[in-house]
Amino acid sequence: MTKAINTIRSLDLQRSVIYFGFLGIFLFFAITLHDDGFLTSRNLTNIVLQTAPATIMAIGLVFALSAGEIDLSFGSVVAVAALSAAIAMQNGPIIYGVMAGLGAGIVIGAFNGVLVAYLRLPSFLVTLATMGLFAGIARTMTDLRSIPVLNDTFTGIFGSGKLFGVPSLVIWTIVAVAIGHIIYRNTRFGAHVLAVGDNARAAQVSGIKVPHVRLMVLTLCGATAGLAGLLYAGRLQAAKYTLGESDLMTVIAAVIVGGTALNGGKGSIIGALLGSLMMGMLNNGLILMGLQVSDQMIVRGLIILLAVAISLRETRR
Amino acid sequence: MTPTLSLKDIRKSFGGVTAIQNFSLDLYPGEIVALVGDNGAGKSTLIKIVSGVHRPTSGDIALDGTSVSFSDASAARSHGIEVVYQDLALADEQPVYMNMFLGRELTRKPFGLLDNTRMRTETQSLVDQLDVRIPSATSTIRDLSGGQRQGIAIARATHWASKLILLDEPTAALGVAETAKVEELVASLKERNLAILIISHSLDQVFRLSDRICVLRRGEQVGVRKTAETDKNEIIAMITGVHDQ
Ligand SMILES: Nc1ncnc2c1ncn2[C@@H]1O[C@H](COP(=O)(O)OP(=O)(O)OP(=O)(O)O)[C@@H](O)[C@H]1O
Ligand SMILES: [Mg+2]
Repeated sequence: MTKAINTIRSLDLQRSVIYFGFLGIFLFFAITLHDDGFLTSRNLTNIVLQTAPATIMAIGLVFALSAGEIDLSFGSVVAVAALSAAIAMQNGPIIYGVMAGLGAGIVIGAFNGVLVAYLRLPSFLVTLATMGLFAGIARTMTDLRSIPVLNDTFTGIFGSGKLFGVPSLVIWTIVAVAIGHIIYRNTRFGAHVLAVGDNARAAQVSGIKVPHVRLMVLTLCGATAGLAGLLYAGRLQAAKYTLGESDLMTVIAAVIVGGTALNGGKGSIIGALLGSLMMGMLNNGLILMGLQVSDQMIVRGLIILLAVAISLRETRR
Repeated sequence: MTPTLSLKDIRKSFGGVTAIQNFSLDLYPGEIVALVGDNGAGKSTLIKIVSGVHRPTSGDIALDGTSVSFSDASAARSHGIEVVYQDLALADEQPVYMNMFLGRELTRKPFGLLDNTRMRTETQSLVDQLDVRIPSATSTIRDLSGGQRQGIAIARATHWASKLILLDEPTAALGVAETAKVEELVASLKERNLAILIISHSLDQVFRLSDRICVLRRGEQVGVRKTAETDKNEIIAMITGVHDQ
């Protein structure tokens, strides 16, 4: 009897929601949109390419939520990072661009982190404020102008290039997910992140440096947003203040649907990947169905609401 | 014999409030001392002083005859002192083995990744040894009963303590059968030559478990008695300060 219960538990029902949701949406579009080219390898690859930045930011957010914090500012960080990279490469080599983009993300993330970890301000309020702050900074950086990215090496590595026939954005996604998963599941840092989000006092009396963990997860969020900014700039061959603007809802939804608890202590990187791909399929499918933009927004909003409601029920159990 | 823990003239005040004063106690290996007193008598404060959470305003703490001073809880832990907190300090969503190794996770060469297998097997053999019955070392804490959780918290303290275990009301939230189980567990710790300081409001429990009883009243140490040489009436009189002949 207990054996049977354990077997059922090990199936991890809470995370299987995302597998069913993912498969369900996939099959639905595969059947209804068969003649509109949903299943073509080109379209499917396109979905992965389009979701690459969101997937990478979702990894950062899984860490933050698992530690009991949240980041709302990453959308604005994307724009600041992409613009910083584009400006740095206007008359500098590619490495300046990479360092400027990633650096901007890390510095902003660490700024959020210090306020949250050492001044004990709630991350929800801190990042709500910095979201607005950096959205404004992104706008003033170039007076709303778009900056072209003409460096071919950069656009190859972070955008349209391929390695052994595999698009670079697919490689970025796989590598980031693999590293994220290993750190999350198989390192002491990952264990400490979960412990802090689960019971901060228990973590503290166990000798875990709680403020340090909080600082690190928010810095990581900034870093993933910085990388996402580079990927946007590489794929679009330009940077603009609007980049990342619409990612906030998508990424949060992807992470929650992927089985990460809103109040800490529990999460999944693979789930976040599937969640992000699911959001991508949804966008893609609704466009192929020929819905108007406004209808797309309504349908997507409703489906996200449903998916999040189901996942949270399961996650809370 | 050198006492494991020796407290001399401990005094702690918070601003104007004196939570504890004139407190002296020696604790020997393999000995269980019960700390009793009414609410607000200063029991938890004393435990927090020994575990490094609070620093005494004045007085000396010595471990195995050497004077020590702890800057925080980790410092006390590294000296072999473990605490079973009243709220247990367990991470509910994590598996048992992760809680057992919380903050001290085992890793494996060459990449320094977590050695989950070893943490699981060590946890399993520890809970088997102490006869804490749980479905498995991978069970999530939230799925366990109050007694099982308490068992895990005590097993963790046992695993890491090399000198001293402090227990703050370990059975306050437990039923009859689970209380008996925890008492059995605490009694078995004597054989490991650990010194044990236990806070309890249940005099029955105190008389079942302890070798000596130390009474606090309003922050003052009223006295220490050998359990075998006293009775409940005397202890109650000491706790309340009311002497009825
Ligand atoms: N951090 C603190 N700041 C100020 N006063 C404190 C603090 N901690 C404890 N006290 C005071 O010290 C006194 C002793 O408290 P303590 O928690 O040690 O009592 P206790 O014996 O554990 O009581 P209980 O049986 O209710 O747990 C109380 O008057 C309490 O208000
Ligand atoms: Mg107390």
